[in-house]
Amino acid sequence: MSEILRLDRVSRRFSGLQALREVTLGINKGEVLGLIGPNGAGKTTLVNTVCGVTPANSGTITFDGQDITRIKTFQAARLGLSRTFQIVQPFAEFSALDNVAAAALFSQPGESLKSAREEARAHLAFVGLEAQASQSAATLTLAMRKRLELAKALAMKPKLLFLDEVNAGLNSAEVERATKLIHQLAADGITIVMIEHLMKVVLNVCTRIVVLHNGQLIADGEPRDVIKNPAVVDAYLGQQYAQRNAANG
Amino acid sequence: MKRANLALLIVLACLAALPLVGGAYALRLGTMACMYAILALSWNVVGGLAGYPSFATAAFFGFGAYATGVLLNAGLPLTVSILAALIGSFVLAGLLGAVLLRLRGHYFAIASLSLVGVLRELVNNATDLTGGGMGLNIPLASGSSIMADALFFFYGMWGLLLATALMVIAVSASKLGFGLVCIRQNETAANMIGLNATLYKSIAFGLSACFVAAAGGLYAAWVHYIDPSDVFDILYSVKPIVMTLMGGLGSPLGAACGAFLYLVLEEVVWRNYIQIHSGVLGVLIVALLLLLPHGLVSLRFRNFWRKAKHV
Repeated sequence: MSEILRLDRVSRRFSGLQALREVTLGINKGEVLGLIGPNGAGKTTLVNTVCGVTPANSGTITFDGQDITRIKTFQAARLGLSRTFQIVQPFAEFSALDNVAAAALFSQPGESLKSAREEARAHLAFVGLEAQASQSAATLTLAMRKRLELAKALAMKPKLLFLDEVNAGLNSAEVERATKLIHQLAADGITIVMIEHLMKVVLNVCTRIVVLHNGQLIADGEPRDVIKNPAVVDAYLGQQYAQRNAANG
Repeated sequence: MKRANLALLIVLACLAALPLVGGAYALRLGTMACMYAILALSWNVVGGLAGYPSFATAAFFGFGAYATGVLLNAGLPLTVSILAALIGSFVLAGLLGAVLLRLRGHYFAIASLSLVGVLRELVNNATDLTGGGMGLNIPLASGSSIMADALFFFYGMWGLLLATALMVIAVSASKLGFGLVCIRQNETAANMIGLNATLYKSIAFGLSACFVAAAGGLYAAWVHYIDPSDVFDILYSVKPIVMTLMGGLGSPLGAACGAFLYLVLEEVVWRNYIQIHSGVLGVLIVALLLLLPHGLVSLRFRNFWRKAKHV
């Protein structure tokens, strides 16, 4: 398998806080990578650093053979790096359709507003929002807005997709639906990095897991192995989870 | 084309018929109305579409007035001078925008306000070129009557207004306009979908400056004498914002109607309450904004008729 994204000793500091410490990580094409860790571990910072929102202070990032360490956010988007936000960021006054159309329009060169709207309709249908196409984004429920984020990210034709807690705040039926969508995307061959706290979803979807703690990678490997790793249990999962897990075999 | 934009063009066409019904006074008011509408429509591009509250209108108005004045004194024809002011201010605003538009909200408002002061002081101190605080005389167009002069400047200003309106309509229907509305709603998300927000904002700032500068240039030629405190008057920055708020933020038709309404109020109040005109005008504006928070365009005339039926 070839690597699509490579982080080499990437660090990022916010004045006194070292959010990322020399993170070295390779992501393979077609992989569904779970990025887990306690709150404040640096998971979202990692995504922001790759996407150019908070550029790295040191280290290098390579995407698809190209150095993107100092790239601007909009350039990253055009290269095929797309993401959903943990706190949803819709264009509130736009309809759901125009939200997705905007993503298609500005990420693809030579796209017109008309063709972008046509494409947007297909993406809305994929996430099950075609009935809400003309509804303004501000009036959608949280679960719908999360799916709208996903449709926007897909309209950018991503090579690598970051899903930042797409399931946070959803009920179990909604989580199940979102999980199904992620499975479909993975089957379509999109490389996915998902930040997720629901271990059930992580174990269900991911082919590999990395664990961040205090800005450092403390584990990397097969899901079954990682959740038994004592350092991960200590830092994130907790003894209770480990015991329950052991009991279930 | 959207109905509101069509209505705007119809309003402008009606305005062009003004010389048929009015004399010199009406033409002077009409020229002012066109000038105010240019300022309001231009402000609407950066303030209404992109959501950046710019106070730089006076800076570009003054820049255009002085650029045109200096070029006219150098012997260039009026059209060439105004065209130079228009292009020059587009480039200047685009470059300044790339720097200033990194600030958001109140910070941007104050930075754009300081631009007025900076340009005024530059003009004040470049005495050799601009005459400094003494002001600048602008050569009279020789041999034309007062009425012909009034007619010429009215249609000149009207032509600029038409060009501004067409620019604004083209922008609002284009990818640029769509992108600016994205930026207003959520700039972080706009960047994240591959929109080069810095470039879009700079173009918007340039477009909002160029016709203002052209209007400033024509104003200078019209009044024949300009000085820094006149053309760099901060009121030229504030009025377009008030007009746009009165007419309806983000709507070209609203901005133009707001400008006309503002001029009418200003003129009526000035005539009748000469001692307390600023106070009365202020109260009227506050009352209008309170009663019609979304501006004139939120009025639906159908509702009036419906009510009338049940009386």
